[in-house]
Amino acid sequence: MKPPPVLPITHPRQSVAVRLGMAMAVILAVVLLGTIFAANKYGQDAADETFDRLLRGAALQIAERILVTDGHANVDLPVSAFELLSLARADRVFYRIIGPDGKTLTGYGDLPLPKDDKHGAGSDQTYNTRYKGVDVRAYMLRRQLAERFVTGDVKVIVAQTTSERLALAHSITAQAVLTIAAAGIVLLLLVVVVMRIALRPLARVERTILERDVNDLSPIDIAAPAEVAVLLEAINRFMRRLDRRIEAMQNFVADAAHQIRTPITALRAQSQLALEETDPDVLARLHRRLHERTVGLGRLADQLLSHALIAHRADMAVSEELDLRRLALEAEREIRAVSEADIAVDLPDEPVMITGDPISLREAIKNLLNNALKHGKPPVGLRVTPVEAGHASLLVRDGGQGIAAEMSARIGERFAANGIGPDSAGLGLSIVSSVAASHGAVLVRRRTANGFEIGLEFAVITS
Amino acid sequence: MARQMWCNRYIRGLVWGLMGCCAAATGMWALADKVASARDREFPVPTDISGRLVIQSTTDYMVIAPVIEAFQERWPGILITYNEITTNELNAAVEQACAQDRFIGDLIISSSIDQQLKLVNDGCAQSPGPNVGGNLPDWAKWRDELFGLTYEPAVTVYNKAFFANRPPPQSRFDLIDLLRESDTFRAKVGSYDIETSGVGYLFAFQDAIQASTWGRLVEGLGRNEAQLFCCTGEILDRVADGRLLLGYNVLGSYALSRIGRDDRVGIVLPSDYTLIMSRAAFISRNAERPGLARAFIDFMLSPPGRAILSRDAGLLSPIDGPARLARLVGRTPNTDPQELRPIALTPALLVGLDQAKRNIFLQQWRAALPPRQLSKHP
Repeated sequence: MKPPPVLPITHPRQSVAVRLGMAMAVILAVVLLGTIFAANKYGQDAADETFDRLLRGAALQIAERILVTDGHANVDLPVSAFELLSLARADRVFYRIIGPDGKTLTGYGDLPLPKDDKHGAGSDQTYNTRYKGVDVRAYMLRRQLAERFVTGDVKVIVAQTTSERLALAHSITAQAVLTIAAAGIVLLLLVVVVMRIALRPLARVERTILERDVNDLSPIDIAAPAEVAVLLEAINRFMRRLDRRIEAMQNFVADAAHQIRTPITALRAQSQLALEETDPDVLARLHRRLHERTVGLGRLADQLLSHALIAHRADMAVSEELDLRRLALEAEREIRAVSEADIAVDLPDEPVMITGDPISLREAIKNLLNNALKHGKPPVGLRVTPVEAGHASLLVRDGGQGIAAEMSARIGERFAANGIGPDSAGLGLSIVSSVAASHGAVLVRRRTANGFEIGLEFAVITS
Repeated sequence: MARQMWCNRYIRGLVWGLMGCCAAATGMWALADKVASARDREFPVPTDISGRLVIQSTTDYMVIAPVIEAFQERWPGILITYNEITTNELNAAVEQACAQDRFIGDLIISSSIDQQLKLVNDGCAQSPGPNVGGNLPDWAKWRDELFGLTYEPAVTVYNKAFFANRPPPQSRFDLIDLLRESDTFRAKVGSYDIETSGVGYLFAFQDAIQASTWGRLVEGLGRNEAQLFCCTGEILDRVADGRLLLGYNVLGSYALSRIGRDDRVGIVLPSDYTLIMSRAAFISRNAERPGLARAFIDFMLSPPGRAILSRDAGLLSPIDGPARLARLVGRTPNTDPQELRPIALTPALLVGLDQAKRNIFLQQWRAALPPRQLSKHP
């Protein structure tokens, strides 16, 4: 059977690939920005270091040519120093040599000194300043003269405009940024490819599900990586629950149909009889029978719905902490509200805490009490045993013989009761059994000295 | 500044008079290294004037005139004011105008390339953009602001009659040997007086940097009581008529045009190395028409501009200088790149201008060639 075309119920959100790709792009952009800043800094430092060496080299060469002639400091500028500076092809060159008396020996007399002029030997300085309206990088070197007539510092200042070092810094930065950007683009492409490969199992799962028969709720069993296996497991769990739910529903419908059809047929027949009957005595009897049948049918419907409710709750209900004594009292009160039965209740002083669904538990207790009242013999009692070894029981007793052995074995099966009596649809113990199963409780029953006891044994919450 | 005494009274009186005579007598067009006071010349245009380009230059207007006229053919309506002054006057005027942020001219052209470089270094120039002078070799431009327009070797000139039966000195080593030889060359060798000649100082300073021969050469010149002149024309005239036998480090552009007209003078490109100087131009920072100035530089470096320069003005261009130079002196181009050594437009030129350095250099020069010899020649 060809599955009908599956239309997406909701429009797909952004794909994982797109979202991951976007995240990668954002990360890359951040990294790129960071790299630009870092590369810019690095480029500037590298360029400064490179060109500062030129300045320093030139200053050293000039300093070597400081001489003292006729008691005056003098300088014989070496061409090589300026050839060195000319290596920065596009930069203008300024220099100034200041004698021990503070007068400019030669060069540009107004070339600025460093702002924080540190004194003393070894205080050669590199500094930025402005000269002739442009930014210049300057290097100041000191040479101590200790001649007979001339003592003091000769300062050699060599300065250069900054266009070449800026160009170098920019070129370093640009290269770094370009490299990173290229790497980023390659990385993005790789991410897309890797994503496709990584997401392939998902597509396989999708295909498998789409290709399934609509009625096939069996677990999907295909090889998948761990991450997808988790998803598969979740899907399978969901399908199991769905399967159970559908099965329960189908059972309920089947049971209900089966159980209700017979009494309704009987009802119809009897009402037919009643219509044709003229004898008032017979009619009165028929009326009574009709009433009994109707009550029985109502009871059956009640129990069917109750059972459906229990079955539903077994899957759905949220467990909470309960005091078994309180449950017993509530169930007893509900029973007494609809009948004048006399039920002896026997409870311990200490709370008996269990976890479970109060509604289905109450339903189970009510069913046990109803059974005792309907099928057993008085006196009917309800008791909760004190906690013992982590367990406690809720027991319903009566003075009768209890369930026949043959019946006892069939407890839990639906409609185990022999036919539909006017008062019971035979679902009572089946409901109790289901509730016990869903609560992990044990259905206990035993004969006692003066009757029969049936009930549920729970594991108690130990605090 | 010492160079400002370069056109002192002596030169202005005697030499300029002499120069005028020489120029008149020989029809010399004189690459105005040493033309005296400023002369403004306007190159009028027949059409309506649409712009005016002001050129401050040291190059003789007669040399530049064909170029300007050709430029005006291309740019009709451009009135060109050509102000021809001496190198030191030009330098001082531009320096002052630059300091005062005042307009003095759009285009500044000078053969004193060290001064030009310093003006550019001091921020008196502006860049016409990165595409100008793209075909210039690296050495002939600086910072996209200073452009070498010509290609002028420093040559040795000799009296052909004297050297009829012997080879003229092909290198500085030959020259040193000749000067040691005998008294033949006493007072018969001429060169520039580097204290007054800008280009002479430039060549001498470069010689001192280039090779160890400089010391021995200066000593030889001193021992032979070499004659010192302010100007190229004087040396050439004296070599032509035999008053001098050799002229050392003479500006080749003069000499090359002289040998074309005067067969008494011979020319040698020293084979150990030949210095090359390129007259440099820049666009003034305060130019009123930088676009026109740029167009003028472009034109001078373009093939038609270069053709006019070399044909009418006898000036080579840095772009095709080496090959044309070889053709002019009748030699195949030497494969040794060391032989032709252009003086690169770099901040290294600042050293020669440094006052302290100049004093030291001139002291060494004067020790060998006392200034008294200046007064010796007529």
